[in-house]
Amino acid sequence: MSTGHSPMEIGEISFGLMNPEEYRDMSATKVITADTYDDDGFPIDMGLMDPRLGVIDPGLECKTCGQRSGSCNGHFGHIELAAPVIHVGFAKLIRRLLRGTCRECARLLLTEEEKEQYREDLDRTRSLREDVSDVTKAAIREARKKDHCPHCGEVQYDVKHEKPTTYYEVQQVLASDYSERIAASMQPDPDEEGSGMSPQEVAEETDIDISRVNEILSGEFRPRRDDREAIEAALGADLTTEDMNKLMPSDIRDWFEDVPGEDLSVLGIDPDRSRPEWMILTVLPVPPVTARPSITLDNGQRSEDDLTHKLVDIIRINQRFMENREAGAPQLIIEDLWELLQYHVTTFMDNEISGTPPARHRSGRPLKTLSQRLKGKEGRFRGSLSGKRVNFSARTVISPDPTLSLNEVGVPDRVATEMTQTMVVNEQNVERARRYVQNGPEGHPGANYVTRPDGRRVRVTEKVCEELAERVEPGWEVQRHLIDGDIIIFNRQPSLHRMSIMAHEVVVMPYKTFRLNTVVCPPYNADFDGDEMNMHALQNEEARAEARVLMRVQEQILSPRFGENIIGAIQDHISGTYLLTNANPTFNETQASDLLRQTRINELPEPAGMTDGEPYWEGRQLFSELLPDDLTLEFTGTVGEPVVIEDGQLLEGTIAEDEIGGFGGEIVDTIAKVHGKTRARIFINEVAALAMRSIMHFGFSIGIDDETVSTEARERIDEAIQSAYDRVQELIETYENGDLESLPGRTVDETLEMKIMQTLGKARDSAGDVAAENFDEDNPAVVMADSGARGSMLNLTQMAGCVGQQAVRGERINRGYEDRTLSHFEPNDLSSEAHGFVENSYTSGLTPKEFFFHAMGGREGLVDTAVRTSKSGYLQRRLINALSELETQYDGTVRDTSDTIVQFEFGEDGTSPVEVSSSEDNDIDVEGIADRVIEAEFETEDEKEAFLSVQEPPTNLSEHGASWEVESDD
Amino acid sequence: MTDITPSIRQTVEETELPRRLKERVLDTVEDRDGVTAAEVREIADAVESRYIETRVDPLDPVGTVSAQSIGEPGTQMTMNTFHYAGVAEMDVTQGLPRLIELVDARKTPDTPVMHVFLEDEYGEEREKAHEVVWKIEATKILALGDISTNVADMVVRIDLNEDTLQERWPLMDDTTEIAGEIAETIEGSLGVQVTQQGTVLEFGPSEPSYRELLQLVEQLRDIVFKGIEDVSRVVIRREETDKGEEFVLYTEGSAYKKALNIEGVDASRTTCNNIHEVHKTLGIEAAREAIIDETMATLEEQGLGDVNIRHLMLVADIMTNDGTIQSIGRHGISGSKDSVLARAAFEVTVSHLLDAAIYGERDDLDGVIENVIVGKPVRLGTGDVNLRMGTTKSD
Repeated sequence: MSTGHSPMEIGEISFGLMNPEEYRDMSATKVITADTYDDDGFPIDMGLMDPRLGVIDPGLECKTCGQRSGSCNGHFGHIELAAPVIHVGFAKLIRRLLRGTCRECARLLLTEEEKEQYREDLDRTRSLREDVSDVTKAAIREARKKDHCPHCGEVQYDVKHEKPTTYYEVQQVLASDYSERIAASMQPDPDEEGSGMSPQEVAEETDIDISRVNEILSGEFRPRRDDREAIEAALGADLTTEDMNKLMPSDIRDWFEDVPGEDLSVLGIDPDRSRPEWMILTVLPVPPVTARPSITLDNGQRSEDDLTHKLVDIIRINQRFMENREAGAPQLIIEDLWELLQYHVTTFMDNEISGTPPARHRSGRPLKTLSQRLKGKEGRFRGSLSGKRVNFSARTVISPDPTLSLNEVGVPDRVATEMTQTMVVNEQNVERARRYVQNGPEGHPGANYVTRPDGRRVRVTEKVCEELAERVEPGWEVQRHLIDGDIIIFNRQPSLHRMSIMAHEVVVMPYKTFRLNTVVCPPYNADFDGDEMNMHALQNEEARAEARVLMRVQEQILSPRFGENIIGAIQDHISGTYLLTNANPTFNETQASDLLRQTRINELPEPAGMTDGEPYWEGRQLFSELLPDDLTLEFTGTVGEPVVIEDGQLLEGTIAEDEIGGFGGEIVDTIAKVHGKTRARIFINEVAALAMRSIMHFGFSIGIDDETVSTEARERIDEAIQSAYDRVQELIETYENGDLESLPGRTVDETLEMKIMQTLGKARDSAGDVAAENFDEDNPAVVMADSGARGSMLNLTQMAGCVGQQAVRGERINRGYEDRTLSHFEPNDLSSEAHGFVENSYTSGLTPKEFFFHAMGGREGLVDTAVRTSKSGYLQRRLINALSELETQYDGTVRDTSDTIVQFEFGEDGTSPVEVSSSEDNDIDVEGIADRVIEAEFETEDEKEAFLSVQEPPTNLSEHGASWEVESDD
Repeated sequence: MTDITPSIRQTVEETELPRRLKERVLDTVEDRDGVTAAEVREIADAVESRYIETRVDPLDPVGTVSAQSIGEPGTQMTMNTFHYAGVAEMDVTQGLPRLIELVDARKTPDTPVMHVFLEDEYGEEREKAHEVVWKIEATKILALGDISTNVADMVVRIDLNEDTLQERWPLMDDTTEIAGEIAETIEGSLGVQVTQQGTVLEFGPSEPSYRELLQLVEQLRDIVFKGIEDVSRVVIRREETDKGEEFVLYTEGSAYKKALNIEGVDASRTTCNNIHEVHKTLGIEAAREAIIDETMATLEEQGLGDVNIRHLMLVADIMTNDGTIQSIGRHGISGSKDSVLARAAFEVTVSHLLDAAIYGERDDLDGVIENVIVGKPVRLGTGDVNLRMGTTKSD
């Protein structure tokens, strides 16, 4: 806002129907012409593009408010409808009101007591914040039961609703063939006994004079209602037909005008805000042109919006209707036109009404009218209002950079020069600000705009930057480029959890990709096969502070899902530390220094010993250098052996996945919880660096020879598979002889299948065991599987031993041709090879048949994933929507935004899911604390103080504390 | 031993610790010798700091965090239905479909099952356990004997298997007597005259009609002679439980209320996977517990047991918040929100807006979604704090 006062805030939104008078009042113009532009391309007055409805062409001025395109929001116009039409959205409610109110006096067909009762019900439901529609529906149902109006006594008829917008009143009237019907039912029934009824009997039964009965029988006299009903009762015959009397919208409008407001409130309708007659339109508001802009195509032709098309239709019919009526056209034609007008207004509101053909564009595409604009994922609500587009954002491909800290992100220079941060110039930073401006928009730590104290914004260009720089004074604002250390928000979709959006510190880099430390891949679920990520530059100090304190990667090391670290070493880092610590190898001074060169460790520890007069260092010892000095831990590690750490020294054990990995690596987890997030960040960074050096020192590669087994082992594998085949054959024979005993609750066929699956499963496992025996400890695939870096022994089994049974829907492959899977087999062949057992390994290669079965199994997996992503996405959306309003309060309760208490204490004990792993109870070591206090082993008073009070480690320190100085490009 | 003087108690009571921790501090102090008042204060302070460190922060948007913590592992779950843990004979819906079923609060699950524990000797002796099995499992005629239809005489003949009768009615010795009981049941539910000869039963339609005869056979198949109609099968297994090794029953089909009333069934441990049945039988708190247990079991079975149970509690709590089981979605929590905009932004946009107009609703813009829509800061998390820098110097 240029005027300077603060923008207004929306406090509340109320909903209601609009009075047609209100439409007329707010209307900028009445629209009477269906044409849009004249031959010269100017909008026609009182046409759909009337300049009083707003402007869309740049440069023109709005005739209503005088503003230009962009600042004028547009103004509504109106169409006077020739005849009232029904608003489709309220068709059901209109039906209910017609059925529930008296056709004569328009009052609700309920007695005063009933009304009072429903009013009470309604109040109670409202106060309980439950759905009121159940009560109102019940009230209508009750009212509908009445035959006569309790107020004026008028007989009520049923109202039939023909979708979408036609209503009939159904009256029971005397059928034209009444005399024949009476005569027919007086005849004796040939199937049953009895002689029928004589007119005399009828007269007696019905209390009608015998002469009158004869008159009726001859068709000379039409019985009145009472007589008719008496005869019907006496003869058990139906003498009526339904007469459908169409209710025109104008009739309904007149009807509704008389419904008293007091009766409406029983139905939950607020008569002050929504009168029922307003549901029948007499005036149609015309949306402003800004809501339906026309597009000028390349060839100069104008293409109108769908809504404009629809409005054109409405105006055309409206005019024809009026002309015809004035000319005194027959009722039939008028009704046809009325229906047509109704159709156009209906489709203007909603073009997806069932039973109505949708209005189509000339090309055959259904028009997108009002409802369609609001509905669905791309609709106004979900697409435009809940999801908004933002400035200061960037998106590009990501790639790895192990030299960055996990808190950092490499930002391409061309992104950094586009995204800016506002810098308020003061005495302290004026020099810096001038230098930015001087560098201009192209040079890297430059500036794109400056704002003078009077609010004028000036673009910094190459031409003016030098001159502008001199004029920068305290009080100006400079839009400077991103520089190293700035905080930005980084995101990868799908944003399934909060670690999908984290704050990083900028490191400006050449080339065009965002660069990440590989350890942040698990939280983002990112890889580098072409993934793109989004970056958002923060625009105010609150946002930056919040991002730095709450959203920085190091603050997100612990996952609230399971309360352990989600960030940790991955893949090669784990192989690296495994190689470094498993066999505890030794290194000479050069090697040891090289391993630690990317860490903060500047001096090697005391050597572990001497060989040939040369000092040497052990792997575990070097790893220990990264640990906090006071870390003491003992647990069973990845490889099943104990890991012992005492006072920051790894005494025993292998460092692999369970120690330093993401998803609960014990050491990382402990450091993050005990020593703080900053220490954990340093540790993870250094472990990654050390591990990379280590894996490079040892060398790590995998080739086809690593998965090839010896001939002897191959033979043993073949033997195992062969014996499984034999056993399967035996099973099949027992089955065919009818000797197979079925498992409880299973058929014999199912039992056979299960047993065969079991046998073949075992065969693959034993093949795997043979293969595993065959590989050395230092086989790279084995190292990866053992350390948990990547892959499993199953993968190795499939590569070296035997791929095993392929399954579709958890069963052997049983589909394809009649009685067989492929035409290569005999019908009803139960053998393993005919049902997808792959005996080859990936190294030996699959036969064509095996390959086909393998593809079947693989395809099922793909389909499964595709179905799963959509299902779980919807589940996630629903969960978020249902729970998004819950928040813990200062009193420890969990409440929603309308202050309803959902939990008195989060998770029954108020424990944060981030701090406490789900696998442990949050037990505070009271005994231990007491011991420590009583024995008072504190060296200083400060230490004691620290022990007693809440520890709040500083979190918002930038890793770029010292480097916040501007350097020029040149 | 240290005496807990009122002043010591006072010191501990003044902390913000929850009850159980206050008690633990006092117990610990009591167990030790000569703890001074100052030391007690220090112990209490230290425990309090540890406690506060692990507490959730005020204004933490725990709802969103919990929703994400359950939704995110959903992407890793399988779609397939697999076998019940350990019981190879039974198929039970698991994985993502089961999770969806739970938060949807479906009236009946895809595969209703009960996990029935037995009391004392019923759990120890196989015979006794079987007694309970026959009281639960629905016994239909096909399990008892052979049916033959004699079209010439218009008679249905049931040849009951004596062994089966003996097995299923262990408390009755005489098979003829059992057969008599069966005959009575048939008479009662089909309205026909049954003639009994030992264990052979015969009956036919009152008037000779081929159609009626076949219909009778069809109806006969559906009669439940013993057990609970909804339970089609019971699997008995010997399992290691908290009570040691005992017999445990798994049922296909569920009738929780009926099952709990059967003699020998341990009502304190028996569970059912239909949360509505649990609700009806044991009330809303039990239903909440059942939701937590079932979601946790579903996640555990998929190897996602590391999900913090507190998240599941929150979901269960909001589902049962108003005393009934509300589903998560359009028909439940999201559909009954106060805000029109929030409902419109979730699903069925247009009808919510139209209804709001008729009822003259107001949107106070309290919630998250509404504020996103109108472009105001959300009143949640850091948006719920109103701290401003003071204008005067405080030095």
